[in-house]
Amino acid sequence: MAVSAVEAQGVTKVFGSGAGEVRALDEVDVAIRQNEFFTLLGPSGCGKTTLLRLIAGFEQPTSGEILLEGQPIAGTPPFRRPVNTVFQSYALFPHMSVAQNVGFGMEMLGKDRRTIAETVERTLDLVKLGGLAGRKPAQLSGGQQQRVALARALANRPKVLLLDEPLSALDLKLRKEMQIELKRLQGETGITFVFVTHDQEEALTMSDRIAVMSAGRILQVGSPTEIYEKPTRRFVADFIGETNFLAAEVVAGEAGSLRVRLPGGRELSVLDAFEHKPGQTVTLAVRPERAELAEGGAEAQLAGRVENLVYFGTDTTYHVGLEAGGGFVVRLQNREGARRRHEVGASVGIRLPAEAVQVLRD
Amino acid sequence: MAEATAARAAPARRRRKGFQTRRFPGLATFSAIFFGYLYLPIVILVALSFNANRTATIWTGFTTGWYGRALANGDMLQAAGNSLTIAVSAMVLSTVLATLGALGMSRRRFRGRTGVTALLSLPLIVPEIVTAVATLLFFVALGLQLGLATVILAHTVFCIPFAYLPIRARLEDMDPALREAAADLYANEWKSFLRVILPLLLPGILSGAMLAFIISLDDFVITFFTAGAGSTTLPVYIFSLIRMGVTPEVNAISALMLLISITFVSLSFVLASGKHRI
Repeated sequence: MAVSAVEAQGVTKVFGSGAGEVRALDEVDVAIRQNEFFTLLGPSGCGKTTLLRLIAGFEQPTSGEILLEGQPIAGTPPFRRPVNTVFQSYALFPHMSVAQNVGFGMEMLGKDRRTIAETVERTLDLVKLGGLAGRKPAQLSGGQQQRVALARALANRPKVLLLDEPLSALDLKLRKEMQIELKRLQGETGITFVFVTHDQEEALTMSDRIAVMSAGRILQVGSPTEIYEKPTRRFVADFIGETNFLAAEVVAGEAGSLRVRLPGGRELSVLDAFEHKPGQTVTLAVRPERAELAEGGAEAQLAGRVENLVYFGTDTTYHVGLEAGGGFVVRLQNREGARRRHEVGASVGIRLPAEAVQVLRD
Repeated sequence: MAEATAARAAPARRRRKGFQTRRFPGLATFSAIFFGYLYLPIVILVALSFNANRTATIWTGFTTGWYGRALANGDMLQAAGNSLTIAVSAMVLSTVLATLGALGMSRRRFRGRTGVTALLSLPLIVPEIVTAVATLLFFVALGLQLGLATVILAHTVFCIPFAYLPIRARLEDMDPALREAAADLYANEWKSFLRVILPLLLPGILSGAMLAFIISLDDFVITFFTAGAGSTTLPVYIFSLIRMGVTPEVNAISALMLLISITFVSLSFVLASGKHRI
């Protein structure tokens, strides 16, 4: 197996001391592979930026170790780490031209003038900023500044590129463009990208793998499909996309398969990765688009009444009040020929295909 | 319905006139008197420095002769030279110290940081006469010979807060990520300072230096107490002339000092509002 580009081993970071102590990272273990687009996703304050800053070397871990290509880097100052950062505020040097900004890293590394000039030109072309080399950062738009920040970091061909919410200051259209652009750059350069964001859509569309973080811990690491379709924790299922949660009682269980009793009394067989025992209560997660509506038929697992429906063009979302209490959201695609089959107030059954139900760990 | 009523009532409420702190009768007149009182004496002084009549208060004709006489006055030139030496030395020393201080203060938060900030700006508040007497006693207690060196030392100390403030302000405006970006791009501390921090700080440093220079140049009280024989500065020299009566020559010297002051303060202002946005 190839050595990880970045690896965190039991990394804890505590800010402050005594009563004002904040545990930004709590025993974090993660391995980021070579050449992957890895995203740290979580709400603000979850520790994602702290982890990035530890990799860059701006902060030192309180305990634990960070390895860069297998080598511990504790004590190596930021300016000796083969890692570059794209800052949230871009942090372009305002007194230098675009070319001077992009060439700064190479200049500090003592590269010769010609190499620097050539690399600057090539990198600016790569981020589609050829011709703006002589401008000062203040003369550029936000999107262009963003590209300069990217070029400045990429020009040094770092082992790992760290991106701290680089798209958050851009408007929606530009952000979409840059998402595709970043993905393309990652593919073309083959550099490992570690991307920090709180935007789940950004994470899903760009990443090879995502680590979902909350309160200083990594809750789940997986591909966007795994994270979306097979969440293992309530937080993950809730943070990414929309999810229905159901509390169910385990009736029988063996070898990864459970028989659970749903609210309302019906039973259902589901797959379980966490060895739950009969008698335990488990939480089930069901994505709205994975459930189906039935006319209150016998094969439905839940029964309720349509309380509200919202038409979105491509699909319609039904908010169903369950007979057993609580609500459930079902989203149906509006296929050609299909009409609104269920009106507000209609009694409906909800069918849960076994593969649509995810048993959560907690 | 309730909303509609509220919306109609709002402009009416705005129209009603109450007491306003920003507009009151006589503001313009008051301001005119204020500015007149502030600047008219200076205008008169400059005008009289071109007065041909020896009696300072009677205008008889235009001349630049007093400037010629002033510039030919050996004592005056000696005092001006001292002033310049002291001001330049105090400017350089206090600006260097203030820059180092500002950089140090901008690092991490540390215990007693607020206290240090207060101590740094305290000289702006302490009555000058107190500082002057204290400094004199201190020098005497140390057994130092009063002279140019003691004046420079005293000036450096009270110029530090003036130099410090613009530098600190500039540093506070700077994105802390810039320092990290430099480190991230393989610049060690020294290179990061030379290539990123210093160029960005330069307008603040120059502005601080100009302020320190001008504060030192026109200081009277502290200089009067800490200067020894032979280290008389221009303000102290003018004061000694005044005791024998106001002559147009004094007016001319004062006008020259005014010119220098205005030049430096303007420079300081232009530099502080520097073209680089941070």
